[in-house]
Amino acid sequence: MGIRIEKAEQENFQKLDDIITRYKTQEGMLIRILQKSQEVFGYLPPKVQAYIAQELGMPISTVNGMVSFYSLFSQEPRGKYTIRVCMGTACYVKGAQEILDAIKEEIQIGVGETSMDKLFTLNASRCIGACGLAPVMTINDEVYERLTPADIPSILYSYIKTHKKAKVTH
Amino acid sequence: MNLTPIGSFDALTKAREETYGHIKMRLPGESVEKEISKYHILICAGTGCTSSKSNLIRRKLEKEIKKRMLQDKVKVFKTGCFGFCKLGPIMVVYPDRTFYTKVEPGDVDEILDSHVERGKRVEKLLYTSPKTNSQQKTIDEIDFFTHQMRIALRNCGLINPEDIREYIAMNGYMALADILMHKTPPRDIIDELKKSGLRGRGGGGFLTGQKWEFAQKYESDKKFILCNADEGDPGAFMDRSILEGDPHSVIEAMIIAGYCIGANQGYIYVRAEYPIAVERLEIAIDQARKLGLLGKNILGSSFDFDVDIRLGAGAFVCGEETALIQSVMGLRGEPRPRPPFPAEAGLWEKPTLNNNVETFANIPVILRNGSDWYSNIGTEDSKGTKVFALAGQINNTGLIETPMGTSLRTIIYDIGGGIHDHKRFKAVQTGGPSGGCIPADLLDTKIDFKSLTDIGSMMGSGGMIVMDETDCMIDIARFYLEFAQDESCGKCVPCRVGTKRLLEILNRITDGKGEMEDLEILENLCYDIKDSSLCGLGQTAPNPVLSTLKFFKDEYIAHIKEKHCPAGVCNNLLSVVISDDKCVACGICARVCPVNAITGENKKPPFHIHQDVCIKCGACIPKCPVDAIYKR
Amino acid sequence: MENIREKEELGLTEEKVTIHIDGREYTVPQGLTVLEAARMVNIEIPSLCYLKDINEIGVCRVCVVEIEGSRTLQASCVYPVREGLKVRTNTERVRRARRTAISLLLSNHHRECTACIRNLNCELQNTADNLGIRNIPFTGEKKDYGFHDHNPAIQRDYNKCINCRRCMAICNKIQECYVYSPLNRGLDTIIAPGFKKDLSEVSCIMCGQCVIACPTASLSEKEHINEVWEAISDPNKYVIAQTAPSIQVTIGEVFGMPIGSFVAGKLVAALRHIGFDRIFATDVTADLTIMEEGSELVERLTDHPEQLPLLSSCCPGWVKFAEHFYPEFLPHLSSTKSPHAMCGALTKSWYAKKYNLDPEKIINVAIMPCTAKKYEAARPEMESDGFRNVDYVLTTRELGRMIRQIGLDFPNLPEEEYDEPFDQYSGAGMIFGATGGVLEAAVRTAHKLITGKELKVPDYEDARGQRGLKYGKVSLGDKTITIAIAHGTGNAKKALDMFKSGKKKFDYIEVMACPGGCVGGGGQPIFGSRDYKQISLDYRHNRAETLYNIERGKEIRQSHENPRIKQIYAEFLGQPLSEVSKTYLHTSYVPRGEHPYLYKEKPYMGFNERD
Repeated sequence: MGIRIEKAEQENFQKLDDIITRYKTQEGMLIRILQKSQEVFGYLPPKVQAYIAQELGMPISTVNGMVSFYSLFSQEPRGKYTIRVCMGTACYVKGAQEILDAIKEEIQIGVGETSMDKLFTLNASRCIGACGLAPVMTINDEVYERLTPADIPSILYSYIKTHKKAKVTH
Repeated sequence: MNLTPIGSFDALTKAREETYGHIKMRLPGESVEKEISKYHILICAGTGCTSSKSNLIRRKLEKEIKKRMLQDKVKVFKTGCFGFCKLGPIMVVYPDRTFYTKVEPGDVDEILDSHVERGKRVEKLLYTSPKTNSQQKTIDEIDFFTHQMRIALRNCGLINPEDIREYIAMNGYMALADILMHKTPPRDIIDELKKSGLRGRGGGGFLTGQKWEFAQKYESDKKFILCNADEGDPGAFMDRSILEGDPHSVIEAMIIAGYCIGANQGYIYVRAEYPIAVERLEIAIDQARKLGLLGKNILGSSFDFDVDIRLGAGAFVCGEETALIQSVMGLRGEPRPRPPFPAEAGLWEKPTLNNNVETFANIPVILRNGSDWYSNIGTEDSKGTKVFALAGQINNTGLIETPMGTSLRTIIYDIGGGIHDHKRFKAVQTGGPSGGCIPADLLDTKIDFKSLTDIGSMMGSGGMIVMDETDCMIDIARFYLEFAQDESCGKCVPCRVGTKRLLEILNRITDGKGEMEDLEILENLCYDIKDSSLCGLGQTAPNPVLSTLKFFKDEYIAHIKEKHCPAGVCNNLLSVVISDDKCVACGICARVCPVNAITGENKKPPFHIHQDVCIKCGACIPKCPVDAIYKR
Repeated sequence: MENIREKEELGLTEEKVTIHIDGREYTVPQGLTVLEAARMVNIEIPSLCYLKDINEIGVCRVCVVEIEGSRTLQASCVYPVREGLKVRTNTERVRRARRTAISLLLSNHHRECTACIRNLNCELQNTADNLGIRNIPFTGEKKDYGFHDHNPAIQRDYNKCINCRRCMAICNKIQECYVYSPLNRGLDTIIAPGFKKDLSEVSCIMCGQCVIACPTASLSEKEHINEVWEAISDPNKYVIAQTAPSIQVTIGEVFGMPIGSFVAGKLVAALRHIGFDRIFATDVTADLTIMEEGSELVERLTDHPEQLPLLSSCCPGWVKFAEHFYPEFLPHLSSTKSPHAMCGALTKSWYAKKYNLDPEKIINVAIMPCTAKKYEAARPEMESDGFRNVDYVLTTRELGRMIRQIGLDFPNLPEEEYDEPFDQYSGAGMIFGATGGVLEAAVRTAHKLITGKELKVPDYEDARGQRGLKYGKVSLGDKTITIAIAHGTGNAKKALDMFKSGKKKFDYIEVMACPGGCVGGGGQPIFGSRDYKQISLDYRHNRAETLYNIERGKEIRQSHENPRIKQIYAEFLGQPLSEVSKTYLHTSYVPRGEHPYLYKEKPYMGFNERD
């Protein structure tokens, strides 16, 4: 009884196959495979984890244990933009909590949640090492530093605008 | 970049001479011609400055240079972190060693017009010392750097980390080449390291030479070198800066370590939150392989060694040695009991030598300059220098490197520029979540491993968070425990459940529900958790609590007995108050209040907040048109 | 990797070291841990997560000791001895740390012990009692981690879990099903199947070894006691109890009798007191299984050698294992149902007709050493003529509870006899309860079927003993067959992999999912007692010994000589593998794959949902 792949999923699972083939031969590459898979699918749903387990000859319990242990992996679909507010000590002492509160106020979601329009996911992250410029947050790969709560609405709005534009041209 | 394999010690020396000629104008002491014919502009490309758009500056600069046909006169390079993050993006112009701060893409034209074409510095970008109020134009004048001794960070800010030839020009890979050419017995290298007194820079402070000795003595068909670049301590970015600014120093050290213990494979475990570091490492490894410095028959010897990167995935506990090993093997990062130690059975049960990034970065230069040189720096207990990350309520946040034995006062006031906003110093937290808070009366402590543990803290990886009178120490302790709870792997009982119980007691205290008995329970539980946890995370998680209990007991008592937070932080212990003289009785606050806690008569100031009804949500504060409402 | 080691194979070197414990000098073998060394010299360092040879990870921190030279306390269950080691097990520091560890566990535990299935038999309770806990100063949040029981056999109360990881250890190391893994991190950590699914939704074989290993009530069997009481109280129902062979040597332990006491007569007496209408011995249909399976073996040997090896199928845990992990071997499994299902099928057909009973009113309750049989009885295939073969399965432990509920003084009950016609059984049927027993029984009958002659010496010693995987050759007349005996599904895996790779060829493989065979089954009595020496799962050996000793004294030791068997064939079945046999006594299997949770259709769970 193999794992059924629907037609709509074919393309992504082909990419998954490529990832697995590439890293399978080296020992200890499970984290890398999971990371790359998450880039393809946006998150790690049960079927993807089961597929990886099957191809690597590992029990699903082990793979799921890995995924649930590390903060980087998400088992829920995430928004288009993942906001990570650094809650390291330096940022905390420089007011990261207020930044977090401002974001919560602005998009009306809690930590770990995704906005209704699937645009933003809010996470508190561990120190990302930009402590000299605290408080810091990242949105996907962009880093924003020396933040004040007043900066938040305009930063977030720029993403909403970009998204709307993308939708229109699409 | 055309890289051809270097097959011998002589070939390496030749390669070094070639590039050295090219970059020697960046070194101090080189004479500067009156009429400068060639400029090197180095722009910091560390994470901090990059997030402030330093790469935009660089690209614009390169575009402009091309447009103005100045390619022969001026070249632009990426470089590593200078450490002066507060004032980033940083740019240094050689050979005149001008230090520019807070550079913006819009400054590019002026830099080229004024500095490059006419030899006149751009005044507005120069650094003004707040202490002396004078401009400090060159990197050598700046007081931020004068107390520093950059050994681990020697190449950061000096070379382009993405060009291996510049590393070679600065004597890079010469220590390795020397060892391979002379077939130096591993015994001698290890003895040299032991004599130097180098101790682990990741937090453990174990004598590095001894660690290498243990790993060397176990017989096995396979051995491994592991570099711990997980750097999970919040507030620490030393390793990141080294990896971004001088990755080859780590690679060279790992190859030497492999030679010493008999390993042919190394892994660098980098946390996922450091994408730029990973990229630099990948480029560095690739270039080293192309030059034959990694792979088979390095520099024409019979020694093979290669390095691979393994990525972390967001788990602080993976910085612990045995948890790191589990993670590299593709498992949950859960620590294992020791013995057996990794030197005996680590990765895949084979002997594994694990060292921190900063520890490795020191090794090539120690072997080149000799153990005597290194052991003359620092104190009796701790030799050499240490990189510290200054953060928090301090003026000059950033990265510094000073000899062991420098006092806290020097670091915080002379280098760090004192407390931000002219507030009063309260404490400095060293060692991250495993360390403790050091109060003002211990500021003259000379920092080394022993002195810090003697006063109830620890060196840790080198993070220093400065706190002032607006920081509540209980809240800080609570913050660290929340961190420990979040990051605990969950395997052993004392850490998994114990830190939660500690956190609950602290939450009660900051909520105003603490009792005096709680302090005894707190302290006893702290000692038991320290004593019986499986790994270092649990063993050190109670440290912030114990050190704040030791030095700031009166603050605890104020929270418990008087239900008052002296720093004005703990929300539930604060009152929201309307200032009598400022209030204009407009009534806006009363309308906004969700629980109708504010009463008053229009046009008849002041309005009054009923403390028994007020839920301290603070909604009224921003709505007051005359800023009459505040928390105390 | 062996799971049960014979004493000779323990592999301890001759080398000895001198260590100091609490100031006294001792000489102990090299290679031991401090805990093992201390217990050897009667210093019973308390422990909780430690399970000898299976779970030695040092996570509960109860067994901590002071080691000279170590800054912090060390877990003695993982710290190796060495020459000159100095250990202190009895200082204030150690006592305090142990109390804190237990107090912390208790602070996050649901402490309504009086209403708990493991009350008075719980290792957490015992350790807390041993350490003299009088006060738990930590009040705080007790997380609710959930409760799962969406399958007929095993329930999981995550709120009683102490994260000792024994379930994971035994499932990974011995059974090699890899059902459990730690999920999440920190205080959210639970030891659970992937995605925290119920056991029925993953590749769990329901063997119940995790239940045996669990020190608390976190993992326990799903109880069906109330349903059985209800049936017994219903005047319209005719309730039959059938007992598995190994119950006769284990039920006594629940009442403090020595391990391996043979109590068949008392067992019957107790069941009669409880109120069952008839008490049958499953040993009889074990004999029947041998007839059918033995005939199957002979048939394949002579006519269909491509269908070899024949794999035994009386163990439902093993059957489910094959269905998940080795579906290609399903055609090799014997199509015979397991003995209790056969008994159930016959009671509602042949027996009902013979004694003029309405099969609709018959309730067949199987007392089994096994949690997997609860799952098996609920399988859609286990029905004949529209009636469930077995209605309820009770584990040995549940029967023990029923007996205690009505207050019987079990050790002093007089002996009674089973009811006709399921009363006489051969020695071969008895030894079903031990690993190697099915094979030995099958050999005794197969020999007769092939050669027409009886085995001179019915004992096949090579099949006995606790070694995880045994193989050998058996002569059946001029035919020699290669056999393998595996107990613990990890060993079954080894045997099958050897066959697949061509390393070894087998004609017949007996597999028991539980180490030791049914005497070590997932439904057998658990010792949460204070005697640490017992918490090592080696007592299975004693139970098996009793079965072999008792059956050696029986007059009839071959299944085919059992007069009841002859009667059943004469009156109903005709001959082995006849159409009637095939209808009532044979079944089929379903490949399940390793990821049943991915698919929403019901059959994948494989049982009729009734509770």
